[in-house]
Amino acid sequence: MSHLHLNISQVSIEFPTPDGPFKALDKVDLKIKEGEFVSLIGHSGCGKSTVLNIVAGLYQATEGGVILNGREVNEPGPDRAVVFQNHSLLPWLTAYENVELAVQQVFKGKKSMEEMRNWVEHNLELVHMEHAMHKRPAEISGGMKQRVGIARALAMEPEVLLMDEPFGALDALTRAHMQDSLIEIQARLNNTVIMITHDVDEAVLLSDRIVMMTNGPAATVGEILEVDLPRPRDRVGLANDARYNEYRAAVLKFLYERQHKPEEAA
Amino acid sequence: MSTRVESVFDNSKLKSLLYSSFNIKKVKWGIFFKNTTLKLGVPAMAIVLFLAIWGAIATQIQTSLGELPGPSKVWEQTMVLVDEHVAERKKEAAFIKRQEKRNAVKLAKNPDAEVKIRPYTGKPTFFDQIMTSVYTVATGFFLASLIAIPVGIICGLSTTIYTALNPLIQIFKPVSPLAWLPIVTMIVSAVYISDDPLFEKSYLTSAITVTLCCLWPTIINTTVGVSSIDKDLINVSRVLRLNWFTKVFKIVLPASTPMMFAGLRVSLGIGWMVLIAAEMLAQNPGLGKFVWDEFQNGSSNSLARIMVAVFTIGLIGFMLDRLMLILQKSVSWDKSAVLR
Repeated sequence: MSHLHLNISQVSIEFPTPDGPFKALDKVDLKIKEGEFVSLIGHSGCGKSTVLNIVAGLYQATEGGVILNGREVNEPGPDRAVVFQNHSLLPWLTAYENVELAVQQVFKGKKSMEEMRNWVEHNLELVHMEHAMHKRPAEISGGMKQRVGIARALAMEPEVLLMDEPFGALDALTRAHMQDSLIEIQARLNNTVIMITHDVDEAVLLSDRIVMMTNGPAATVGEILEVDLPRPRDRVGLANDARYNEYRAAVLKFLYERQHKPEEAA
Repeated sequence: MSTRVESVFDNSKLKSLLYSSFNIKKVKWGIFFKNTTLKLGVPAMAIVLFLAIWGAIATQIQTSLGELPGPSKVWEQTMVLVDEHVAERKKEAAFIKRQEKRNAVKLAKNPDAEVKIRPYTGKPTFFDQIMTSVYTVATGFFLASLIAIPVGIICGLSTTIYTALNPLIQIFKPVSPLAWLPIVTMIVSAVYISDDPLFEKSYLTSAITVTLCCLWPTIINTTVGVSSIDKDLINVSRVLRLNWFTKVFKIVLPASTPMMFAGLRVSLGIGWMVLIAAEMLAQNPGLGKFVWDEFQNGSSNSLARIMVAVFTIGLIGFMLDRLMLILQKSVSWDKSAVLR
């Protein structure tokens, strides 16, 4: 449980631009234990998504690297499933077929057809989507699409679940509902999760650790906050919890006092 | 005083009620009338106006083949062409009957006798020529799609291949079918040598010319469709490590279907136009040849008969486009998309 699972080691990345290379990240260093829920928070444009994409293998770090279970990550793979911000479901496939595509790819030759079908259905039940299994993305709401996206990622049985502002495009009530679902799933499966968010409450409610990033360019880890709140966490109960509010205040202080919004700094 | 006000009030209320109920009916009828007029009446009026102007202008123009035919003359020739077709089919049936009879008599005399069954060799009617044209354009279009869709997909997926092929595509795209035709004719004559040919050379020449002109819109549209697929969907396929074929069939093809079909429809439209020109010169027995033959024939009915062909070409082109639209609707995953 406590051994080093995912090591993001001294990662820097430069993007070529017409005006020479642009350094987006500078020596981002982060060690994550198995089963840990880590949030990345920071102002927009600070390179949170870039960190996630490097862990996913979609981008290649210019310096440093990512080591998962002792092996270096240099290409995307289903062991690091990604939940994209805008769900990224294939619009011509039903919810079931979207999850099935992932399951067939990951468990080809490992599970029988029957087992695969059960596994797809099990994962859709996990996110409470069994009633709309055979609907296409266009026929279900934004929150439901995101649920299917999470089911697809979970169905791959990833070592690390990467979530890029998974609830960013949802309304506040749906978002709260989705966060509760995620708490419930996390309690059952105990996945290692890296989640990008810009929502302070979401970060405190869900995370074991909150990684606060400095503003770009050359963004890096500014501060790490351990959230030592007992699980299972309940949003209503925590609303008046002194420690919860302290954590919240600490993140807010970092974001609005130590790291001004980029527009204000300029 | 108060009662009077009351009564006026009442009266106006009643009136407005009456009017409003009347108005509702009137408005409903109005909308119905307006819609029907728009959908049927306006196009019908436009057609009548067109025929009237055509008829009026036609009488003013004297050609070496007589007065330019008006709508009634063209309709008359349409009927003549139908009659000719019916007469030719009767002759064919009679020919076959005679032949069967003769063979039966022969076999009755000597059961081992060799009987020959000769095909009917009457001249093709207008309707036979329509069929030949449709068949030829279908072949050319099918061949073109078979080449253009895979090439478009590969160009869309690989910037290198796109950069390599783009100049060639851009250069060949604007070439007229009339420029291709002599080259195609010579190549077909040189390469397609057979004692028992499966296809007529003129048919192959026309079909290949259609193919050469049909390729480009499909290639270009498919390329654009494939290269503009949502980057997140491509990332999904990368995270899942889909192999090339699964990626193409599960993600690339469905995502680029709308653009691909837009290209296919343009291609088929071009192909149909090209075919008529190709048939004229290649002497493929289709509508193009019909027009050419009538022009060479130069009878007093020729112009009217050519005009029948013009309308037929237009109608069939329209029908081919509708057919593609139906096909597109049946394969499209997005049933809410408005296709026209």
